[in-house]
Amino acid sequence: MNRRKFLRNSIPLATLIPGVLSGYSVKALSANALMQAAMMPAFETDHVLVIVQLTGGNDGLNTVVPIDIYSNYYNARNNIAIPENKILRLTGINNCGLNPAMTGLQTMYNEGKLRILQAVGYPQPSFSHFRATDIWMTGSDSNVVLDNGWAGRYLNTQYSNYPNGYPTTEMPDPLAIQIGATTTLTCQGPVVNMGMSITDPNSFYNLVNNVQDPVTNDAMGYELNYIRNIARQTNKYALRIKDAALSVPQQVTYPTNNSLADQLKIVARLIKGGLKTRIYMVSYGSFDTHSLQVNSTDTSTGTHANLLGNVSNAIKAFTDDLAFLKIDNRVMGMTYSEFGRRIKSNSSGGTDHGAAAPMFLFGKNVISGVSGTSPAIPAVVTVNDNIPFQYDFRSVYASVLQQWFCVDKTDLQAIILKNFQSLNLMRNTGCVMSNSGLDGDFISIYPNPFVQSTTISFTTTGGHTLIQVINNQGQLIGNLVEKEYSTPTTDKVTFNGGILASGVYYIRFQNGATQQVKPIIKAQ
Amino acid sequence: MYRRAFLTARIPAKRAPFKRLPGQMGLVPYAGVWSKKEVQHLLKRTMFGSTSTDIDFFATLSLQQAVSQLLNPTASLPNPPINDYNSPTFIDPAVAAGSTWVNNPTADGTINSYRRSSFKKWWTGLMINQDRSIREKITLFWANHFGTETNDIGTSHYVYWHHNLLRQNCLGNFKQLVKAVTIDAGMLRYLNGYLNTASAPDENYGRELQELFTLGKATTVQYTEADVKQAAKVLTGWRINGTTFTSYFDPNTHDKTNKQFSAYYSNTIISGKNGSAGASETDDLIDMIFAKEDVSKFICRRLYRWFVYYNIDSYAEFNIIEPLAQLFRQSNYDIKPVLSTLLQSQHFFDAQNKGCLVKSPVDFVIGCLRESKVIFPDAVTQYADAYGMYNYIYGWLTSMGQNIGDPPNVSGWPAYYQAPQFHELWINSDSLPKRSRFTDTMILNGYTRNTKKIIVDAVALAKTLPNPSDPNALINDLLAIIYTVPLSVSTKQTIKQQILLSNQVTDSYWTIAWIAHTNNPADMAAYNIVNTRLKQLLQYLMNLPEYHLS
Repeated sequence: MNRRKFLRNSIPLATLIPGVLSGYSVKALSANALMQAAMMPAFETDHVLVIVQLTGGNDGLNTVVPIDIYSNYYNARNNIAIPENKILRLTGINNCGLNPAMTGLQTMYNEGKLRILQAVGYPQPSFSHFRATDIWMTGSDSNVVLDNGWAGRYLNTQYSNYPNGYPTTEMPDPLAIQIGATTTLTCQGPVVNMGMSITDPNSFYNLVNNVQDPVTNDAMGYELNYIRNIARQTNKYALRIKDAALSVPQQVTYPTNNSLADQLKIVARLIKGGLKTRIYMVSYGSFDTHSLQVNSTDTSTGTHANLLGNVSNAIKAFTDDLAFLKIDNRVMGMTYSEFGRRIKSNSSGGTDHGAAAPMFLFGKNVISGVSGTSPAIPAVVTVNDNIPFQYDFRSVYASVLQQWFCVDKTDLQAIILKNFQSLNLMRNTGCVMSNSGLDGDFISIYPNPFVQSTTISFTTTGGHTLIQVINNQGQLIGNLVEKEYSTPTTDKVTFNGGILASGVYYIRFQNGATQQVKPIIKAQ
Repeated sequence: MYRRAFLTARIPAKRAPFKRLPGQMGLVPYAGVWSKKEVQHLLKRTMFGSTSTDIDFFATLSLQQAVSQLLNPTASLPNPPINDYNSPTFIDPAVAAGSTWVNNPTADGTINSYRRSSFKKWWTGLMINQDRSIREKITLFWANHFGTETNDIGTSHYVYWHHNLLRQNCLGNFKQLVKAVTIDAGMLRYLNGYLNTASAPDENYGRELQELFTLGKATTVQYTEADVKQAAKVLTGWRINGTTFTSYFDPNTHDKTNKQFSAYYSNTIISGKNGSAGASETDDLIDMIFAKEDVSKFICRRLYRWFVYYNIDSYAEFNIIEPLAQLFRQSNYDIKPVLSTLLQSQHFFDAQNKGCLVKSPVDFVIGCLRESKVIFPDAVTQYADAYGMYNYIYGWLTSMGQNIGDPPNVSGWPAYYQAPQFHELWINSDSLPKRSRFTDTMILNGYTRNTKKIIVDAVALAKTLPNPSDPNALINDLLAIIYTVPLSVSTKQTIKQQILLSNQVTDSYWTIAWIAHTNNPADMAAYNIVNTRLKQLLQYLMNLPEYHLS
């Protein structure tokens, strides 16, 4: 665990080249200087991160169901609401529970292996699947187009010369593995994609449904077969991956007819089989439940419940397998979806594209618990109401990088591109831990409701302090405070919101690992 | 230079013949469906890549018209290569920057080295900018056939004019071409013909003329070592004038004795001639060789391997090669009738012969650039930039194993003669990753030089397709250009879903994204959404083994 400072210090950080194109600032990472680094990883670790993408936009409110504001929840979506008595309860948690299909995750929570982060999102949420997916994968601001991914940038800080000369003795394996046909933006580095997708038909065809057409019995088929054989031989990682997979004779029983379970089963094998790969990506969906997401006769069942049940069962089996294979100390997982869904259900028994949604972090070294409060749901919901974010998703990325991969502050800045709040998510990771977040009340707002202006009093423990105003659709109106306090301070700021339309807004306070969101009401 | 290939196998590889369907009638004209699919096949085989524009154009013609157009280039021969190499540290004293150097021969090694390089860039550019004809592909065929190496020839003047000879006669008369090549300064230099004198005979050309350029090495070819020596004697006296850089016949160094050939040549005697008449012995020699049917069969086999498939089974030998060779002889070795018949034949369009040709590096690289409609700087108005780009592309060809102008030896590239693998030799554990790196590079980063950039514009390419807003149509239409190997419906679904739909199942998401871009092309976010996915789609398709077949 020797940080290779002598290598790193000679390398300038990736430089940001900002530009403005038709209103969007476009940032390209120039990494030529980084390419000069040696091929050893900057930091040795055997930690593994498994990223579970729930494609299509998962309905967060029916995944982690509010109990403390159940009636608001029910009123907003009575045709699809989970009956209160069917919500799966979590030990020690009174304000929320899980969808009835998620018994696996319920068990994991109660065993201390699951963390729920409420209302994760970002300012100015995009409601386009594609754009939102790109935002989550790149870790960009909503109005910034990046062409490389957050994990790719991380891996680039670690293996800056990749792919020249790879595989090496130190890193004989792919830096990241995507189970699926194509590598995604998540692992796109500044220069090359740091990920590899597994499409080896011999080992994985049946598992991940990567169809490779059979060759025909003619000259074309004969030549195609030849090229495929060369391609297999040429893939420098194929043998390592195959050997790793074959070296694991026994695993726990995974659920069948569950493609996420199939994918995670491969991941467990590869980790146990000795690959030094740090990041695995799997995906499952579609969660794009515009209609009939529940059975109208029993809203605790239906399409969405089936999806969640599969996610829950797959993750539970995977977690059990990690323990069985004795690699549970090394592995953590994280789920995300490109967005949550609208608070108010639609008349076709579904939900439309929304904003912030919960994320799950799982694994033996995840600090279990629920971060954040139940999402703010107004008593009277309009069709466009969205859940304001409590945590920026890049805070989650930053915290995982910091606490699981021991990424230092300088690199973190280059990877995450901003100073995001650090959340206390992991334990026993061997990294120097930052401060953990505090519980308590840090902001008070008076008057509330307000007409012309209101004053927000806040208490910071010092350091980076941020106060944001967010509207009821999750969009950032502006930052009232963004500054560094050298000492613990109680301060106040005036919000002149007189020109805003009347309605509900949110004040979001962030100070280090601590954050708090409070509603304010603009009156006529 | 004695650099004969080490040729091992005379007999094509034995492997189980593929089942022939009934109705495969050899050279009878193809009378089946003539759709864009068949056009694509024809273009893939006769040009470098089949662009959507070319497919659309030829689809308006009949098969007969299409083949006629391909075999009768309307464009005149291209302007010759120019001085792109003047720099602060080097100036060509005889040729201004931007002017052609092909009329200013020099013996200066440095200048020649720059000019040879200019020649290769120029040639690369011609292939990229080819017109709607077979000219570039058949010129490369002859360059492979005669196998000269620019680095051996050295003098750029010979290099260019040798190439020009091939280019000029690429669709002309093969016998005339052989005669011209035999006394071409570049060839005399390359195979030491200019050193072949009565007192010090050099057998090099006399041998390759028979073994590599005309008769080949089939078991029926029975010329003897003595015939090689006699042929060398016939060819004595051809020299190169070091001042004019042209070849000439020198009666003083010509062997004036009678040359007696073996029974294979019906014991022909080529009478020795005095004075300048000695030059006509070369014609006698070539006439004697061309009297053998082996010539026509050998060349037809080579054409077949270049345009159809490398494996010539007994069916193809009997039903295609033999009648084609007969036609070749009947037409007195005119090339066009042979190609015309072959390219319009039932056999050429037989399902068995589609999608089975392993792309050569030139086919792969130039085909990719053309089908992706990569825009290069103008070869005339921006010649320095254009030549710089051509040089970059030429570098890729070389790294993949096809250094145009410099095949490994006089036998040409092994892919066209080395049994049993033939074309498969293009693909190995070294070249395959390079091919993928090339397509990745052109799709993702492109190549920037002097602020100009060549890159695959995926969005612009999609816009040339009939219905890019429909993800199914988009994939099908793209595949109809770049793939000859069909993909199954389920594979296409997987590709669509995982790439164009970002794992969603709703086709309209792509449509919405596409329309969002086309409604407001200046919106960078909307552009980026479709661009990222289209690039990923191209990258994926060009990385699949299927993409290497045409």
